[in-house]
Amino acid sequence: MAIEDTTPRRSLLGDMDLRAVAPFVALALLLLLGAVANPNFISLANLENVATRSAFIAIIAVGATFVISSGDLDLSVGSMLAFTASLMIMFLNAAPIADPFLLLLAAMVLAVLIGMACGLANGLITTLGKIEPFIATLGTMGIYRGLTTWLSQGGAITLESREIQDLYRPAYFGSILGVPAPIAVTVLLSLAAAFVLYRTSYGRHVVAVGSNREVARYSSIKVDRVRTAAFVIQGLCVAIAVLLYVPRLGSTSATTGMMWELQAITAVVVGGTALKGGYGRVWGSVCGALILELVGNIMLLSNFISEYLIGALQGAIIIIAMLVQRSLARRV
Amino acid sequence: MGDPAGIVLAAAHVSKEFAGVQVLFSVDFDLRKGEVHALMGENGAGKSTLVKILSGFEQPSSGQVLLDGQPVTLPPNGLAEAMGICIIHQEFNLAEDLTVTESMFLGREITRFGILDRKAMRAATRKALNQLGAKVDENAVIRTLPVAARQMVEIAKAISRDARVVIMDEPTAVLTKAETEVLFQQIRRLKAEGTSFIFVSHKLDEVIALSDRVTILRDGQWIKTAATSDLTGEKIAQLMVGRELSSLFPQKREPDVDEEVVLEVRDLSTAFVKNASFRLRRGEIMGFAGLIGSGRTELMEAVIGLRPRQHGQVLANGVALPAGDLGAGMAAGMAYLTKDRKGRGLLLNNGMTTNLTLQSLSQHSRHGYLVPASEAKAMERARRRFDIRARDPRIVVGRMSGGNQQKLLLAKVMEREPRIILIDEPTRGIDVGTKQQIYNFISALAADGAAVIVVSSEMPEVIGLCTKVAVMREGRIVGQLEGDDITEHEIMRYAAGLKTAA
Repeated sequence: MAIEDTTPRRSLLGDMDLRAVAPFVALALLLLLGAVANPNFISLANLENVATRSAFIAIIAVGATFVISSGDLDLSVGSMLAFTASLMIMFLNAAPIADPFLLLLAAMVLAVLIGMACGLANGLITTLGKIEPFIATLGTMGIYRGLTTWLSQGGAITLESREIQDLYRPAYFGSILGVPAPIAVTVLLSLAAAFVLYRTSYGRHVVAVGSNREVARYSSIKVDRVRTAAFVIQGLCVAIAVLLYVPRLGSTSATTGMMWELQAITAVVVGGTALKGGYGRVWGSVCGALILELVGNIMLLSNFISEYLIGALQGAIIIIAMLVQRSLARRV
Repeated sequence: MGDPAGIVLAAAHVSKEFAGVQVLFSVDFDLRKGEVHALMGENGAGKSTLVKILSGFEQPSSGQVLLDGQPVTLPPNGLAEAMGICIIHQEFNLAEDLTVTESMFLGREITRFGILDRKAMRAATRKALNQLGAKVDENAVIRTLPVAARQMVEIAKAISRDARVVIMDEPTAVLTKAETEVLFQQIRRLKAEGTSFIFVSHKLDEVIALSDRVTILRDGQWIKTAATSDLTGEKIAQLMVGRELSSLFPQKREPDVDEEVVLEVRDLSTAFVKNASFRLRRGEIMGFAGLIGSGRTELMEAVIGLRPRQHGQVLANGVALPAGDLGAGMAAGMAYLTKDRKGRGLLLNNGMTTNLTLQSLSQHSRHGYLVPASEAKAMERARRRFDIRARDPRIVVGRMSGGNQQKLLLAKVMEREPRIILIDEPTRGIDVGTKQQIYNFISALAADGAAVIVVSSEMPEVIGLCTKVAVMREGRIVGQLEGDDITEHEIMRYAAGLKTAA
């Protein structure tokens, strides 16, 4: 390396935070495994496909990284996505604005506002109501899901206008500089999120609050405000996922986003963020989402294991990830 | 020492060290059948450690525990109860979600044919509580009971186990006068039946009223054992504190009488603290002495805004501060250093720099983002100024020594360059060398014109550092001492309730 460094260098391994590196090592091993299992696996088209499909969970997981780092938990993200997407489609169908472009823009702004409002509700119920986040968001999960079912009357809510569909399609199926739009959005969002978490006072406060609320309070950090803001960031991320979800299918139903909360939490934990708070890895969460998707992909392409076992394997992954995380944490 | 056959429980040349720090030095202690033996000493004198050794919660590093004259190794974790030794801890030992009856019989439930006999247990509980004159419902859930009632349950529990030896660590701290009187009657009754009591207390009047003999410890050493009738409260206080002040402390500097008042607290009350008033001048180091639980921390937290206050005013540099607003207190140039370093002061799983800058991040941010180089520079400055030593600069704070943690905490608080600094227990759990460094630092701060409050349970610290001392007792400031009046003897008299200012 040509970099001049005045401080004496330690051995490379000793200098790295193993917890931060572990998920990426796991990802590399999976890629290797996939390549051995099926030669088609390592093709650019397949990998691009995997990355695109993992984008929804990755984007939600980026938001979940904030909530979990601050010591909370949000179980409502899957229903929140279904609820926000339903309202957005209904707004587009009602078409209160004549100009299709302006209508779409307004719908997108609306979706972002609804997502953030849902997050704010979660945050306020948890902090002002002093209710365990597990219970508070279990409640809102039911509420958002129930409202979606009610809005769709048990059926589907579908984007009707052909014109809007065509206008909006590229948001999911298009590409920016040759990169599929969902991947580009995930990367840009993660860059922004990593900056906020690692390089701003707010990010530092999130970690402090997640580590020890009393220490944070005695350091004049407004603990409830920090926690609530993390829930709002989660809502914003869900809304961004909605902005990609609606052009993809143009339809929602009562089962949209079902169990996504568990996948998002799995991605975050697999990515190295501590579930008890105080330590967050944005890129680790993205990596975790990729790992989940890759496992499914490898199972489809290979013949070792039945693809019906995907759920079981994902469940096993989260347990293994926790065990690895704990054994690494002990050494740090 | 009288007839050895009458001695139930004794400690012979018992020493104890924790992680290389010796807290008991070859202490002798004996308890006769049917006596109340009071154990007295300042905070940190070794009373609690001795009591834990006598009840099996700790094992002595050397020396022996004798039960009925025979050397024994007491089983740990309260199992000594089976041998007739019961301890009532300072901190309660009750499972909060059980009822009074359930907790009385926890681990020794009465059963009939393998089924719990609730009726018998309730009746026995009622009887034990009645003996104590306690109006506690035997079916109440512990969580719903006030502290005094819980204490009564603890005492009833110990008494109902037909203990031969009952050890009470500050049993009356939370009881009212009337409750205390009932407790004492029961103790006297049981004493007449042959039960022996070890009574740990700070309250001189209670010790004199209740005990037959007194043993005094100081700095882990046995000082004296004597019949209570041969002693007076004054004499006991003197024996507890009689110690030379070493050159640990820098020269005191008294501020000018007309120096401006930078902090004034008027008639401040919280749920526990009542009508506290005091004034702090520029360049002054003021001490707050008192027993543990006398309300000093609560007062300081209310002053800085960490706790709501019921009424009263806090004026920093003449400007009234809003209640319960830590941000306003800090903006006014105040800072509070908590005594709970690990639970409230530092993020133990994070590095030194993260901790150092946690409450001063705005100084290190440019256009809303943090500048690591600026933080690193601050860390380097703090390391030199406070002599923080760590073998690896990236070490997590939880793995640093107590002394280095304390210096880091001090550095964190000083990052905002406060001018009114409230320091709660500045040297808890750290070695003498580091203590001296911290004393010098506090003295230098005052010389530089800052105003400092030192809350401490270590009396030499208050006496060695401060030019004015307020003594608190049961939530009130009961006396303020200045100049030559600041002696351990005077402080102890106020703290223990022998003397109250008009």
